[in-house]
Amino acid sequence: MTEKQKELMLGNKAVARGLYEAGVCFISSYPGTPSTEITEEAAKYDEIYCEWAPNEKVAMEAAFGASLAGRRAFCAQKHVGLNVAADPLYTMSYTGVNAGFVIAVADDAGMHSSQNEQDSRHHAIAAKVPMIEPSDSREALEYTRLAYELSERFDTPVLLKMCTRVAHSQSIVETGTRTVPDKPYEKNIPKYVMMPGNAIRRHPIVEERTRALIEYAETSPLNRVEMGGTELGIITSSTSYQYVKEVFGDRVSVLKLGLVHPLPVRLIREFASRVKKLCVVEELDPIIENHVRGLGLTVSGKDLLPVCGEFSQNLIARAFGRTCDVPYSLGESIPGRPPVMCAGCPHRGLFYTLKRNNCTVLGDIGCYTLGAVAPLSSIEMTLCMGASIGALHGFNKVRGAESEGKTVAVIGDSTFMHSGMTGLANVAYNQSNSTVIILDNSITGMTGHQQNPTTGYNIKGDPAGKIDLEALCRAMGFECVRVVDPYDLAQCDTVLKEELSIAAPSVIISRRPCALLKYVRHKAPLRVSSDRCVGCKSCMRIGCPAISIKAGKAHVDNTLCVGCGVCSQLCRFGAFESTGKEA
Amino acid sequence: MKAKNIMIVGVGGQGSLLASKLLGHLLLSQGYDVKVSEVHGMSQRGGSVVTYVRYGDHVYSPVIDQGEADFIVSFELLEAARWISYLRKGGVIVTNTQQIDPMPVITGAAVYPDQLVDKMRDAGAKVDALDCLKLAQEAGSAKAVNIVLLGRLSHYFDLPLEAWMRSIEANVPAKFLEMNQNAFRLGREASE
Repeated sequence: MTEKQKELMLGNKAVARGLYEAGVCFISSYPGTPSTEITEEAAKYDEIYCEWAPNEKVAMEAAFGASLAGRRAFCAQKHVGLNVAADPLYTMSYTGVNAGFVIAVADDAGMHSSQNEQDSRHHAIAAKVPMIEPSDSREALEYTRLAYELSERFDTPVLLKMCTRVAHSQSIVETGTRTVPDKPYEKNIPKYVMMPGNAIRRHPIVEERTRALIEYAETSPLNRVEMGGTELGIITSSTSYQYVKEVFGDRVSVLKLGLVHPLPVRLIREFASRVKKLCVVEELDPIIENHVRGLGLTVSGKDLLPVCGEFSQNLIARAFGRTCDVPYSLGESIPGRPPVMCAGCPHRGLFYTLKRNNCTVLGDIGCYTLGAVAPLSSIEMTLCMGASIGALHGFNKVRGAESEGKTVAVIGDSTFMHSGMTGLANVAYNQSNSTVIILDNSITGMTGHQQNPTTGYNIKGDPAGKIDLEALCRAMGFECVRVVDPYDLAQCDTVLKEELSIAAPSVIISRRPCALLKYVRHKAPLRVSSDRCVGCKSCMRIGCPAISIKAGKAHVDNTLCVGCGVCSQLCRFGAFESTGKEA
Repeated sequence: MKAKNIMIVGVGGQGSLLASKLLGHLLLSQGYDVKVSEVHGMSQRGGSVVTYVRYGDHVYSPVIDQGEADFIVSFELLEAARWISYLRKGGVIVTNTQQIDPMPVITGAAVYPDQLVDKMRDAGAKVDALDCLKLAQEAGSAKAVNIVLLGRLSHYFDLPLEAWMRSIEANVPAKFLEMNQNAFRLGREASE
């Protein structure tokens, strides 16, 4: 890695570069789109210890420990991941830090890859910790470095807020060099032991810190005014700033906020006094807007702009009364192309089995959430990480025998490690007759193949501890722990029926590695014998993207097919045959 | 110079990230300010994916909006049609003619529209359509569709061939370099 050069860099990679330059020594995270690449990129620096933790709470606590020990530390998560880690966060606000501690949280306005659209700024307000927010890769790098100075200067964890468009856009950055500060660890019970007697004394310190941070916000280089006339003044931050500049250039005045909590007072009043009309442009909730209105100023914002979804330049242009030209359109509707399970996905056979058995399936977070999509349409509930098992227990407790014989939870290996284990402990302890299916594809799939405690490898791909799922479930008291191969439909069907029929809680582990893993050896693609295919479309029931109907007969796309053979188990006419050519 | 906009659209898994990486590298080497916006996560699983590449003296927004694209580079025909409203007046659609059925078509809930190239031209758009899969296979790998498309796109740029070749060299593994260089030439020199 050469120093001091201009590079086109992904926002998340720029954060990783900022961590390197800030002398960060310890990173622990749980993957989540759009935050994952920060930790993956940081792991490429030999100078930084990086790990995937089982979940965000554990990651944040581990990073806190490193900060306490005197080395700059970091953890990253997506917006919903911060909910999991909220417990340590809210009290770390009281303890403060030893060496600098920065926490990245990546929001997903537009829900490109998320189950909700929550605005993480609420966490900064509620936890009473500062939050800074870059608007491109250059700022992502600079703000990350600055965040460590603020963390140590104000004795607080600092939240670094990213969003999909900053995290997953590349723009030009200038890189610098790494310096590693080292702080000694000193025993300090009143500061770090948060029992009531001590916490009572820490709370006023938190409030005093917020007052000092507001004072800092008034003159911080993170907040800047770009005057461009007096007609309209726009207060904005993050990627919204880029859209505003795209639409208006230098023709309106802009107050760009890089410190989004706490917000300045005098700076906003002064900006407002210099313009005739004041407006806030912010994605998701009206947080800046409510603050400005709370100062007694007249301001518009969510009366013009939506709360839901992400912004774009046209959306903002139209909100301000401009028209946008759309010169070309087609007269007919274009079929949608939703994401689908890949050809050869090991989840497909299992979901087909669940559908055939008319099961009620409570789902979880991962690629397999696509089991809710036609034609498999199996999953009937997905809430948050680990919820499938917790919900199954409650469902069976109130419905009893009526549901026990046909209701299951499905959860991936990584999600099970994240927060499924505690749900399973509840099933074991409070004894519901529940059948839990762990979809073990030996990787964290959806976020792009991260290792986890069941895979036996660490973030760098080196051998690591490996948790034995069968032994774990047995240790919790499950006597029925079965392992099936989801490519074998008959076996899946038999085992599912057996485990649903017995009057005891059970775990089925559906085990086969993700078809996209590089080490997985595939069989030759299949082809359809047009003599034997009668066009019955039985094979279409599994929703494989490699199979389509062409001229009334099934057709296999041999650039997609990996020869898993699930389709051929559905064909009563033996129409699928191997091409014999290994991929 | 006002920012120029290139949209790369296709089906998750077709290799659009390499195409945007290569374009970003190329445009940066020409001294432009560049922004590239990608999609990661769930949409990648065989869904409709779009990547935005913007360059000029100064680029603000990382995304391209309706009516703004100077070029739409499409890996798949239906995707070219899906994004046509993003084309700027006088812009060009450079598309692979390959058709990949989306799940609603596979399940029979929808029909893959026919004659899409003609329909896009009837709508007034300039469409440069090419069987890139065939050319990629000719070059040695079905995976080189992205490089064939970039070869075709290079046609419309006043940039030296070596600059494109240097960006290919910097972004593909050495053992596939020659194959990709061939794929690029086949796309650049092909007639419709």
